[in-house]
Amino acid sequence: MSTAENLVSQEYKYGFVTDIESDTIPRGLSEDTVRLIAAKKNEPEWMLEFRLKAYRHWLTMTEPKHWPNLTYPEINYQDMIYYSAPKQKALKASMDEVDPELLKTFEKLGIPLTEQKQLAGVAVDAVFDSVSVATTYKEKLKKHGVIFCSFSEAIREYPDLIRKYLGSVVPTNDNFFAALNSAVFSDGSFCFIPKGVRCPMELSTYFRINNSESGQFERTLIVAEEGSYVSYLEGCTAPKFDKNQLHAAVVELIALDDAQIKYSTVQNWYAGDEEGRGGIYNFVTKRGKCAGRNSKISWTQVETGSAITWKYPSCILLGDNSIGEFYSVALTNHAQQADTGTKMIHLGKNTRSTIISKGIAAGKSNNSYRGLVKVMPKAENSRNYTQCDSMLIGSNSGANTFPYIEVMNNSSAVEHEASTSKISEEQLFYLQQRGISQEDAVSLIINGFCKDVFLQLPMEFAVEAQRLLGMKLEGSVG
Amino acid sequence: MLEVRDLHASINGSPILKGIDLTIKKGEIHAIMGPNGSGKSTLAKVLAGHPAYEVTKGQVLYEGKNLLEMAPDERAREGVFMAFQYPIEVPGVSNAQFLRLAYNEKRKHLGEEELDPLEFKDLLKERAKIVEMDASFMTRSVNEGFSGGEKKRNEILQMAVLEPKLAILDETDSGLDIDALRIVAGGVNHLHNSENAVVLVTHYQRLLNYIVPHYVHVLAGGRIAREGGKELALELEEKGYDWITSSVTGSGSSAVSVI
Repeated sequence: MSTAENLVSQEYKYGFVTDIESDTIPRGLSEDTVRLIAAKKNEPEWMLEFRLKAYRHWLTMTEPKHWPNLTYPEINYQDMIYYSAPKQKALKASMDEVDPELLKTFEKLGIPLTEQKQLAGVAVDAVFDSVSVATTYKEKLKKHGVIFCSFSEAIREYPDLIRKYLGSVVPTNDNFFAALNSAVFSDGSFCFIPKGVRCPMELSTYFRINNSESGQFERTLIVAEEGSYVSYLEGCTAPKFDKNQLHAAVVELIALDDAQIKYSTVQNWYAGDEEGRGGIYNFVTKRGKCAGRNSKISWTQVETGSAITWKYPSCILLGDNSIGEFYSVALTNHAQQADTGTKMIHLGKNTRSTIISKGIAAGKSNNSYRGLVKVMPKAENSRNYTQCDSMLIGSNSGANTFPYIEVMNNSSAVEHEASTSKISEEQLFYLQQRGISQEDAVSLIINGFCKDVFLQLPMEFAVEAQRLLGMKLEGSVG
Repeated sequence: MLEVRDLHASINGSPILKGIDLTIKKGEIHAIMGPNGSGKSTLAKVLAGHPAYEVTKGQVLYEGKNLLEMAPDERAREGVFMAFQYPIEVPGVSNAQFLRLAYNEKRKHLGEEELDPLEFKDLLKERAKIVEMDASFMTRSVNEGFSGGEKKRNEILQMAVLEPKLAILDETDSGLDIDALRIVAGGVNHLHNSENAVVLVTHYQRLLNYIVPHYVHVLAGGRIAREGGKELALELEEKGYDWITSSVTGSGSSAVSVI
């Protein structure tokens, strides 16, 4: 009887391919590949050491295939390309020297990079396949002491900072995908907010995978010194290919005393077609360390793309009174699979964490929340509040919740609430009876369901996220 | 305005409406009464286009158009409104946001310009007075955490905002205390005029003390068993439904024997 069926998604509008000449290394992974990547990037010896250590460790590790609620064919790591960069001049003094084809690509994605058209109030680092092609507002930020540049540039220009913080939150041997990333990562973004500075604009990185056979392995490192504040946005898209592409990123955040980092993601990789052909395999390690007292790290994510999502943005609450937050909307449609959630590790006294997770599963997709709340013996008077809500659309989708809770002292409290709901025929009829079309009604219900998370997003992102969910679910009920 | 001819409808294959004829002209107030299970709520839902009901026979003309061919949202935009017996909650969506979306859908349909949130706020404030609702209701999620009476008032607020041509109130009086009933009825009376029509679906005569109908139709067994003026409601109040249902059962079985 239910009308909640008949799933059709709107065409993925970012599915185009940019025709550009690129510098691509042969497929396969070995110590030589790692050395080749380091050589291509003219990296110092210490960086190569870091990579090799990670690579050697990776060889001893196995892919985490058993515990996630995901099924996918074997990934052949020797059949992949680990470095692919668009050919262009090595140094870009101004945007005029960036390949017009690349500028055009990003403009088409809604990220204009040229001086005249740059987005107001948002500095953007644009990453295309393996390299950062442009970073806007660099000079303006420098005046405030804020460093925002590509990772390659940071290794050259700020080696002390990189050596101090790289791998300090996600060690090279942390997990299979983090080790792989540490060995072969090619670029990414570095942000440094000095003591007492409130970053004057939003910082943002836009990731674009273009090459059909290359993986994207980027690295983001954000350091917020004492009393500083930064809001960082991440966006991503990829063309439509029949084959799957691997995206294995590592993001590390460090907040010192009284510092705040707000990290928001709207992820819209290509998710594969209705039958599950193609799409991005997104295996990402994101972790923040509240190293200082009274520091705060907030993760907000809207996950709509990827054939597979394996991602647990986490907070290590080391400093006393530090705060960790995780707000997530994960939407899966068609044959998509998501196993996503967070880890809140309470180490310091009076630490607080909040987890709000909204999972929406349509089509024959599978959407799992997996979360760990761990309160260590010394984390006295700590608190966690977790709310996990799932919404099912149609009768062929699945939602699961896997909460892990470990509390090792008596003064702390952990609360967990969970719910599963369905868009009901009655709800749709009610809205339709008021003149709202069925599609708008679904979109309204979903947006209402996700409201607590959208409220956390920066304004422009919130609008984008709402539009995106509406688009992804177009015609999903009928 | 509305012409219902020999309407038959069923849910999950079991027939509920077994031949309804009804004519409603603008400016009129009709009461549809009947015992539980007589089909009066089904009639309301079928007119509004509820997808669970299947029309198996008959036709419905609304302003000369075939109502049954229109999707529920289309009917709504054309001016058919149903106040729900059990208004639905929509978590996370504010009443104001929902009402503005609905209102603008109708404006678009009529080729009028949409109202922005500020313009709409003024309109909403004005209309909310009709049902004595204060501003706090506008920022709360649609019907979420509303008391029974608040939900019903919210239905009439929606009617006040959308200004339907044909308003069908499905047991709007059920579960209301006397004060809420007075407010709801006052709202309906305020909104009723010579250009629109109101259909009150109710079990009890009580509501009709406040909203006085021109016609009363009594349903039993999916058919209209009695019709009359407002005095028919008073008669029902006195005698109950039994005398009508028994006569219908009688005529029903005789009809079967004829076939």
